[in-house]
Amino acid sequence: MSTVSAERLATVFVDVADTLVDDFDVVEFLQMLTQHVAALFDTGEVGLMLADHRGRLTFMAASDESARLMELFQLQYGDGPCLDAFHTARPVTNVNLAGAAAKWPRFAPRAVQAGFESVHAFPLRLRKEVIGAMGVFGSATELDGADENIVQALADVAVIGILQERAIRRGEVLTGQLQGALNSRVVIEQAKGIVAQARSVSPDDAFALIRDFARRHNRRLSEVAGTIVAGLPGLPDLDGR
Amino acid sequence: MAPVDERALRVARLIADEPSRPGDHHGVAGNLRRLCSAAGRALSASGAGLSVVVGDRMRGVAAVSEPAYEPVEELQFTLGEGPCLDAFATRRPVLVPDLSAAAMWRWPGYATALHGKGIRAVFAFPLQIGAARLGAFDVFRDEPGPLTADEFRDALTFADVAVTTLLDGQARAAPGAAADGLDDEVVGQRAELFQAQGMVAVQLGISLADALARLRAYAYAEDRALGDVARDVVARRVSFNSGPS
Repeated sequence: MSTVSAERLATVFVDVADTLVDDFDVVEFLQMLTQHVAALFDTGEVGLMLADHRGRLTFMAASDESARLMELFQLQYGDGPCLDAFHTARPVTNVNLAGAAAKWPRFAPRAVQAGFESVHAFPLRLRKEVIGAMGVFGSATELDGADENIVQALADVAVIGILQERAIRRGEVLTGQLQGALNSRVVIEQAKGIVAQARSVSPDDAFALIRDFARRHNRRLSEVAGTIVAGLPGLPDLDGR
Repeated sequence: MAPVDERALRVARLIADEPSRPGDHHGVAGNLRRLCSAAGRALSASGAGLSVVVGDRMRGVAAVSEPAYEPVEELQFTLGEGPCLDAFATRRPVLVPDLSAAAMWRWPGYATALHGKGIRAVFAFPLQIGAARLGAFDVFRDEPGPLTADEFRDALTFADVAVTTLLDGQARAAPGAAADGLDDEVVGQRAELFQAQGMVAVQLGISLADALARLRAYAYAEDRALGDVARDVVARRVSFNSGPS
């Protein structure tokens, strides 16, 4: 694969770095990554697994069905190059599958059976954090040091994108929760004011009226308050049934 | 990556070293107060404040470096204009190194009022992550003049840490609740304003947003704090029914 042109590589890297798009989808992104990496090899298929927040690996994407099966075998049988790369945080390269039965007693024979001769695996990592692994299954291709660096760099760029996307997604969810919680407090106070004015009672008594209505109708307080606020300029009817 | 991390670490240390004070709230609100004080010192500011904006530019101050800056940070919510709201709306820092000049026509009420409190420069930074916006972080100085490039980067870092503090606090919150200490700080202390808003909306048969505008206009015309006017409305000492005097 050392014959890949600089222009081609640049395009691939730009694609892989571009995760800050509006409709970013992590599965689609990883699918694209596996296809790009596979295309760098003359004969090679690529599969990728990610760890969930408990550190359990899950299959995510593959350049074709055979690579998907290789990933699933590893996860099912608990041995294989991707698991090694994940646990050691180091790449596993140029392993001849015919001689790997001692290393991976369950995975190696099945990979040979599927027609693969060699395998490489790269950790998906950022500093000390390893979030998954990517496997390259192929014929007897030898990776030299430069090739290894290119594939690992591609994996590193992808990881930065994935982690950034995760951080933003989490931030958006938590911001929504915070704003929602604060807003429902605001709405309850506004509803108290509306009922206090409409009924000529104190805000405390207005609150009691709203709370009793919510209980009688088995509705949440913030929901009733929201209805009162949304009903303006109409006045609330808290007597009904 | 290294210099960014070093800056973040240094800022985190400044905040951690900031002593707590009696009266500090627990949890997130207390951490944000210490962040404001540490930022004030690190940025050669006279004070700093942090607001969480809820919904339609509504609310409210979450923390200030010194109690004296509570009304300063509050001012833009009272008047409905100011660099903090602009930073929030445009998602970009708003830097006003000299309040006496251009700011006067950009925020006529705010700039005049702030100038009257002895403040000469204000720098506002949005608190945001991705598409989500939380509020803004404000730095006040009693001398005009721009932030240095280094101070600017520090201020951005303080804003980032504030976002992390808010989000981590929210991650620990019970379902449906706000990060600990924050709902009392942001909403609880201003309950009367929201109640007054509801009351005025009914008195005049108008929307809540219009009711807030009427309350602001009244406070501005009478040269009174919005919170004081709200308290009078709730206590029925001021009514908009027959037109406020």
